[in-house]
Amino acid sequence: MNIIVCVKQVPATTNVQIDPKTGRIIREGVEAIINPFDEYALEEGIRLKEKFGGKVTAISMGPAQVETALRECIARGADETILLSDTNFAGADTLATAYTLACAIKKLAPYDLIVCGKQAIDGDTAQVGPGVAEKLGIPHVCYVRKIREIKDGSIWVERLMEDGYDILFTSLPALITVVKEINVPRLPSLRGMTKAKKAKINIWNAETISAEKNRIGLTSSPTTVKKVFTPPTRSGGETVAGPPEEQAKILVTKLKELKIL
Amino acid sequence: MSIYIIPEKCIGCGLCLKVCIYNALTLLERPEYPKKYKLAVIDLNKCTFCGACVEECAKYGAIVLEKEAISYQPSTISLYRGVWVYAEQRRGEIAPVVYELLNEGKRLSKKLDVPLSAVLIGDKISHYAQELIIHGAEKVYLAEDHLLKNFLDEPYSEILAQLIKEEKPEIVLFGATHIGRSFASRVAAKIDTGLTADCTGLDIDLETRNLLQTRPAFGGNIMATILTPQHRPQMATVRHKVFKKSERDTGRKGEIIKKNVDLNKFAIRTKFLEFVKDLTSKVNLAEADIIVSGGRGLGKPEGFELIKELAQLLGGAVGASRAAVDAEWIPYSHQVGQTGRTVAPKLYIACGISGAIQHLVGMSGSKCIVAINRDPEAPMMKIADFALLGDLYEIIPAIIQELKGTEPTA
Amino acid sequence: MDYFLSEGQKMIVELCKKIAEEKIKPVRQHYDEIEEFPWPIVEEMAKCDLFRIYIPEEYGGLGGGILDLCLAMEELSKVDGAIALCLAATALGTFPILLFGSEEQKRKYLPDIAAGKRLAAFALTEPQAGSDATAIKTIARKENTTYRLNGTKCFITNAGEAEIYTVIASTSPERGVRGLCVFIVEKGTPGFSFGKKEKKLGIHASSTRELIFQDCFIPKENLLGKEGQGFIIALKTLYVSRPGVAAQAVGIAQGALDEALNYARQRIQFGQAIIHFQAIQHLLADLATQVEAARALVYSTARMIDADPEKKVTKESAMSKLFASEVAMKVTTEAVQIFGGYGYMREYPVEKMMRDAKITQIYEGTNQIQRNEIALALIKESASK
Repeated sequence: MNIIVCVKQVPATTNVQIDPKTGRIIREGVEAIINPFDEYALEEGIRLKEKFGGKVTAISMGPAQVETALRECIARGADETILLSDTNFAGADTLATAYTLACAIKKLAPYDLIVCGKQAIDGDTAQVGPGVAEKLGIPHVCYVRKIREIKDGSIWVERLMEDGYDILFTSLPALITVVKEINVPRLPSLRGMTKAKKAKINIWNAETISAEKNRIGLTSSPTTVKKVFTPPTRSGGETVAGPPEEQAKILVTKLKELKIL
Repeated sequence: MSIYIIPEKCIGCGLCLKVCIYNALTLLERPEYPKKYKLAVIDLNKCTFCGACVEECAKYGAIVLEKEAISYQPSTISLYRGVWVYAEQRRGEIAPVVYELLNEGKRLSKKLDVPLSAVLIGDKISHYAQELIIHGAEKVYLAEDHLLKNFLDEPYSEILAQLIKEEKPEIVLFGATHIGRSFASRVAAKIDTGLTADCTGLDIDLETRNLLQTRPAFGGNIMATILTPQHRPQMATVRHKVFKKSERDTGRKGEIIKKNVDLNKFAIRTKFLEFVKDLTSKVNLAEADIIVSGGRGLGKPEGFELIKELAQLLGGAVGASRAAVDAEWIPYSHQVGQTGRTVAPKLYIACGISGAIQHLVGMSGSKCIVAINRDPEAPMMKIADFALLGDLYEIIPAIIQELKGTEPTA
Repeated sequence: MDYFLSEGQKMIVELCKKIAEEKIKPVRQHYDEIEEFPWPIVEEMAKCDLFRIYIPEEYGGLGGGILDLCLAMEELSKVDGAIALCLAATALGTFPILLFGSEEQKRKYLPDIAAGKRLAAFALTEPQAGSDATAIKTIARKENTTYRLNGTKCFITNAGEAEIYTVIASTSPERGVRGLCVFIVEKGTPGFSFGKKEKKLGIHASSTRELIFQDCFIPKENLLGKEGQGFIIALKTLYVSRPGVAAQAVGIAQGALDEALNYARQRIQFGQAIIHFQAIQHLLADLATQVEAARALVYSTARMIDADPEKKVTKESAMSKLFASEVAMKVTTEAVQIFGGYGYMREYPVEKMMRDAKITQIYEGTNQIQRNEIALALIKESASK
């Protein structure tokens, strides 16, 4: 199977805190990591390769530093990596990003399956996966929590819903976005890390992928950020003190007063 | 498009560094300028032009972000009129968020002085059209076929894209449900327009008729207002319980427009087989009015017995922080937070939850927050309406006793 | 302190740190309580190639040396010395094959050990032969193309879980230590059984059992080296494996020190964090210095062995094990003290570290034996001047 995994390098927002005194973001030691959901996508791609044979190509759009994320993908088992890096790609919104990724993936055809993470933890949009599928003209299924079977050119999946899951099948090639229920990502191995250090990262730019200039980057993004601000912090209320019995009594009384209970 | 710093205006305060999530700003010695302190410098390789630093430096105006004017025909935009709401239906029910979107949609359509319409796609769902009208839709576009009984991304996207091409709405709103997020993304890519996900606020800029779409990013650390100035329709998804439901007015009249669907024109490569219900959660977390949540502070999985007891007594649902779910004390379906559910109940009781930003993002919309924690400095304690400092294994039983009406034993 | 580790060594440290934090930390208390062998964790360690570190490349290994193994042991032990021991004990059981095995023996056993598919164990100690290794009573009687093994080994780490055992037995009791041999015995060989799992003070996750040989026939191909070489093989094995155990001790000590430091910064008494009190500061300073000294000694010894495997390292090896284990015991005990009442509670990690540290003063040669070795080496050096 020829499997493509889309990954994004994001700031480790789990480390980002808002300073309660100033309401500003505390920046210390915010490192760049592979988007957590993409780790699950990569793991699934590698498991499929181990089961069916073939290769896994990890692809990412971003500045030069994204190379570290791609090397991590190799350390975990990806065979090849492609970095889409070009100043013209910068500032792209989800549509421009989907177009750019699709141009690159077209060059990797024929492929069987594209695996993406559900969403990136910085943008939180979950839009690029379906966008790429649309641009490539292939079916997609989001929120896949399990791949049940792959055979005869089709894939059977379980799509996570709010109250259970749907079982669907679709023809290959297809794109799926995955959720954390699907697997437990592996740690890199020492041999993988050694391979990753020596690996060649393929760097492609707009020309390599024949991307039209008026469909990439900030200027081609339909959505634009008008302004960015820190959200109003919810200020606290009152402390309810005393021994537990007192606290319970006061709380219940107040909640009843507010007609919440 | 470019961003640069005016060295003369920069005072080297470093405030811009603090808000840059991408580490694109540093303070460097600039001996060529007659200033004794370090000045801010932007690394263009890391900058994503989000503009957070510009905002931060508003006082000094030292950072300039220039966006090139996009050459586009504004005349085509004026052809697009009307606010649409995608009436998501699933397993024979209209998703509750649809009625909330109709409410907000009505407000937006009034501001723009255009009609509000709903789009209903499925099989044998025409009886819902009236309900949508009662909730505010002036028109309902109906597309029915037995192959459309269950949501499938490809045929639904084809149909909606076709409808949009024909009728040209200027705004289309979707619920940010699993279906909505997948569906809206594909449609937006199909018709090459802008989509903003998980909006928490919508408004109209009357001068430009642009939809102002406000949403959180970076796990809620930052709010952004997004525009789709040069493309139509402007598409947005909105989460459940962000807006209020519209009132039912049986007196409302509306038009139901049946649209012909020719599914032979395109291939349907995906098939829906069956739905498997999750039987573990009895009370739907997203719908609950009262949620009692447990976190790492419980110390052990048995702690959830206490949480469940209190929740049951209050007729509420059980929630959990990511820490508790990762420790396998409770299934993921109970997780509240950035990577779990977003909830906005009347009452949220957080027990032993410190309140990391990723959790807060999932429940800060709650009307009333009660925090029970040993740590007075925990973020949850600071934002709670009622903060109870102490051992939850003593406080929760006391609350249970109080609710049951018995006097606590001395 | 910067020990000028190579890129490959830094990778080992980075990866082991990840494994320790993500996989081992969440379950260390659990395994300490249920006292079961942590197979799921061992499998993760194997997948990450940890068992390949010290095995030559031609047998599926990464061709690393003793220092690489020590780095892995230290990093894992910072979080849990018991689970880390599964790796060190396998290395101990593998060294005889590495150092003295024939090509056939190496090819037969090393690849599976490197892949982490089969664990190993070293069997020297007997109920009547602890420090006095010369009192070994396990007999291997040569019969045609086999050896008939009879006897009991006790306190064997990894026993019951490992599949490959390097066992010291006597083929000629009348010749004393010169009559000892080392055999490779596989689990499942008829006549080879295990005693009950021992309940210990610490390292609960580690499996410690008796090995019981009753007319256990092993093929003559399983003899390592030559008859009579047993004692030399055992000694050389211990000389190169002691730094690994010393590294375990350094890791346990460092882990305890980190916990104590963290706690002292948060614990408020008399209106301030206890880290502000000089008594605590001086104590932490002494402990940190000792841990660093132990680390430097272990790394230097490991580097010596890697640079010249033929060189005699008896004295240095014994010094590193002696010093590191004494430091581990001291640091963990003081860490519990710094935690005060909380340190005594099982809910907090330091009491386990103290219980785990104790064994490092005892196994792989008690610290008294280590002192004997050091003194003997000193005398020899002095005499030869």
